[in-house]
Amino acid sequence: MTYLAKPKLHHPDLPQNRLGYTRRDYEGTVSTLCAGCGHDSISAAIIQAFFELAIPPHRVAKLSGIGCSSKTPTYFLGQSHGFNSVHGRMPSVLTGASLANRELVYLGVSGDGDSASIGLGQFAHAMRRGVNMVYIVENNGVYGLTKGQFSATADRGSKSKRGAVNTDSPIDLVGLALQLGASFVARSFSGDKAQLVPLIKAAVEHRGAAFIDVVSPCVAFNNHPGSTKSYDYVRAHNEAVNRLDFMPRRDEVTADYPPGSVVDVVMHDGSVMHLHKLAADYDPTDRVRAMNYLAERAARGEVVTGLLYVDARAEDLHYHLGTVDAPLNSLGERELCPGAAALREFNAALR
Amino acid sequence: MAAKRIESVNDFVVKFANVNGSGSASANTLFAKSIMRMGVPISPRNIFPSNIQGLPTWYEVRVSEQGWLGRRGGADLMVAMNPQTWDRDVAEIDPGGYLFYDSTKPLPASKFRDDITVIGMPLTAICNDAYSDARERQLFKNIIYVGALAALLGIEPDVIAELIGEQYRGKEKLLQPNVHALHMGYAYARDRLGGPIGLRVARSDAVGDRIFIEGNSAAALGCVYGGATVAAWYPLTPSSSMAEAFARHCRKFRVDPDSGRARYAIVQAEDELAAIGVVIGAGWNGARAFTATSGPGISLMQEFIGLAYFAEIPAVIFDVQRGGPSTGMPTRTQQSDVLACAYASHGDTKHPLLFPEDPKEAFEFAALSFDLAERLQTPVFVLSDLDIGMNERLCEPLEWDDARRYDRGKVMTYEMLESGQDFGRYLDTDGDGIPYRTYPGTHASKGAYFTRGTTRDAYARYSERGPDYLYNMERLMRKFATAANLVPQPIMRPAAQPTRRGVIYFGSTTPAMDEALDMLAKGGMHLDALRLRAYPFPKSVADFIAAHDEVFVVEQNRDAQLKTLLVNDAGVNPATLIPILHYDGTPITARFITDAVAAEVRRLNVRPLHGGRAA
Ligand SMILES: Cc1ncc(C[n+]2csc(CCOP(=O)(O)OP(=O)(O)O)c2C)c(N)n1
Ligand code: SF4
Ligand SMILES: [Mg+2]
Repeated sequence: MTYLAKPKLHHPDLPQNRLGYTRRDYEGTVSTLCAGCGHDSISAAIIQAFFELAIPPHRVAKLSGIGCSSKTPTYFLGQSHGFNSVHGRMPSVLTGASLANRELVYLGVSGDGDSASIGLGQFAHAMRRGVNMVYIVENNGVYGLTKGQFSATADRGSKSKRGAVNTDSPIDLVGLALQLGASFVARSFSGDKAQLVPLIKAAVEHRGAAFIDVVSPCVAFNNHPGSTKSYDYVRAHNEAVNRLDFMPRRDEVTADYPPGSVVDVVMHDGSVMHLHKLAADYDPTDRVRAMNYLAERAARGEVVTGLLYVDARAEDLHYHLGTVDAPLNSLGERELCPGAAALREFNAALR
Repeated sequence: MAAKRIESVNDFVVKFANVNGSGSASANTLFAKSIMRMGVPISPRNIFPSNIQGLPTWYEVRVSEQGWLGRRGGADLMVAMNPQTWDRDVAEIDPGGYLFYDSTKPLPASKFRDDITVIGMPLTAICNDAYSDARERQLFKNIIYVGALAALLGIEPDVIAELIGEQYRGKEKLLQPNVHALHMGYAYARDRLGGPIGLRVARSDAVGDRIFIEGNSAAALGCVYGGATVAAWYPLTPSSSMAEAFARHCRKFRVDPDSGRARYAIVQAEDELAAIGVVIGAGWNGARAFTATSGPGISLMQEFIGLAYFAEIPAVIFDVQRGGPSTGMPTRTQQSDVLACAYASHGDTKHPLLFPEDPKEAFEFAALSFDLAERLQTPVFVLSDLDIGMNERLCEPLEWDDARRYDRGKVMTYEMLESGQDFGRYLDTDGDGIPYRTYPGTHASKGAYFTRGTTRDAYARYSERGPDYLYNMERLMRKFATAANLVPQPIMRPAAQPTRRGVIYFGSTTPAMDEALDMLAKGGMHLDALRLRAYPFPKSVADFIAAHDEVFVVEQNRDAQLKTLLVNDAGVNPATLIPILHYDGTPITARFITDAVAAEVRRLNVRPLHGGRAA
């Protein structure tokens, strides 16, 4: 069931998207996070991406686990149903929601503790299954909400605010997602909205598991010298492999690019991603080489960002399960119940 | 050899002792079904190890023209095909009973008993002569002994041949050799083993139109009929066969005829946490969803169950109980998850439980559970057990009323929102404690809300205010009271004579209890009986207890879990409840119940004097 969107009336000067929604229609309640928290910038990027894509807000379901990051779905898309589930288990809840109604856009928001510590298993298996979703990890290397303990993405040798040194080796969610079969893998930085917004847009249009690891500094507990997830550190070590322009198929391609510097990736629905190559030798359609590249750069302490891998022809979980086009939650007795006559036959075979 | 032979027509127990993985299961089922086809009720039970190949396994067939379907205990005829367990198998035979064994290798006299009839048949030698392939020798050995038993017990070989024909319909290549082996065994026993023994199967019409089905398969079919579209599970005995049966039934009944695509989605999750997470996500989004598990899975699901309770999300959980705690007795039966399910999760939580007595009720309660979960917007548990789930059981045919409509509960639609109806996700508008919900994606500007496990007000706004919390928790209590009237009501079975004593039981105890009540009544002890079919308990349960001086509470766990629930929730006087507890992993028997009740009655009849001495 899709009903025509009826946006609220706003000040006539506010810019509107294709469906007549203004940016405000994509906002949520006022954030209660710390001033300067990276997560708020990601919320802003999500608002902009969905506004620009002109997705009716109520056709989005936003799900999260527990943490400062997982609180953010209240701060955007106020007209969407949201689900703040339990710590580390958003992927399974999202999987079930997606199975129930394949027509909505599923946005999962999580933290590094939520996805790499307590929820590593669910993160991994949702990627493996190719659940059609955008999965954003707001990665600050600490548990913000429980006041600054190291999370599993904290780099070995990085220092806590109190000076403790992390001796465990880090989990790289991007590397895992690549290995586990995610068909869209990106990394970005909350401080780089120009890079992040098109990545989110492309991830929404992608069919299958789209994962974006967004380094998102925690100003309260992990923004000091010695941290590898601070604003300063990430700015100094950010190595973008490409820049993305996302073109929904309805828009015309107008820009001129120097030859050889751009790769076009056509998505399953006909939309086009223009990738401006920043690292000449980086090919985001070659999974194995991408993994090697990332491993090499990580060893040098670089934070590689951009669209790291995409398989534009990937299939999703619904395809693998062979489910009908109609949302399963829209089926009724007629489609689901075999009825009394079939039951009599069933009984007869059991005597 | 035997002093006195047991003589019995249509009332005895045959027990097969086999080696797991030897292909005996289908031959043994064939044996049991042939008796059923002759119109004599049977109740078979698998007693199997947690193992794929090599360990001992037993199959017990109780033959009872009277229709007693509970386990009887003991064995009148032991088919001893497993040298590993020989001594205990021989010891288990009732005095005057029969031992059938493979006599290819001679055994010393000390290996036998002199109060039983011993029937040796050189099965291995016969097979070695008849077949060259090792696998064939093994498989046909099973059919040959079925043929021999038919001759010994008077089972009509044509009935067995007909069953083989049904089994191998379309696979003629397999059919003929099986029928041949059957006749070979039959002829051998008839001609060379002295023909019929004292145990006899005689044609009857005591089966009626009953069907023979495993509880897990019936429950899975109930999920199909009840409109479940999403299932998520993690393999765990004895629940796995329910998820597998759901897949099988869906392939048959849930494929869209036009597109050939599935009107269902099944996810084999990475663990039980994910399984229940998927179910909750699907339920939140308006699909009917379930998981099937057993005790260890219930333990893992605790946190999520609390979320679904508090955030009010429909979910159906099948707990096919097995022996706990921990890995416990994974292939044995118990009713020991009653409290773990009733109060699952942290904080103040309670959940409706349904207790099917047999496959027929497993089917009905499965279908009903989705109506209840959506009506009540809460997790609903269906508690069966290994005894019901993994054994084929004779039961009334499954029924469905085509006029029946799914109860999708209080869902606010686009039209209702559009008409300006006030939507408070956690607002009780009519006193039943149940609020309205909306499906995601319903309306562009109305009805969206945020679901969370944290406290909130009636409009789903985050709130840690005491009054908001209390409003919610008390509403949940009202909802639970509403549930007591919606769940299947208990079934009261008055004694033939007025009595001050009663008995309460549930689930797989039922067939043994039916028989025990009959035995007790014949012995002059009359009990009013109440079979509980669900929790929360309606008032009639407390009334029943109050109307009796003593009420035996019969259950299959150590800690009297149902009794605890009755004391906690039905507000009854604990002193009137006398636990009868069976928990060694075998299904409870009528003999056990009658003995235990008689012992309790003897104790009660000894009235203590002053000073504590007995009179
Ligand atoms: C079962 C359980 N254990 C522990 C917690 C406490 N807890 C809440 S949030 C959190 C860590 C969140 O870290 P992260 O996902 O990185 O989010 P951030 O706050 O850093 O954005 C923890 C440990 C919990 N909510 N549930
Ligand atoms: S504690 Fe850290 S993560 Fe949480 S809101 Fe504050 S800055 Fe953000
Ligand atoms: Mg964090």
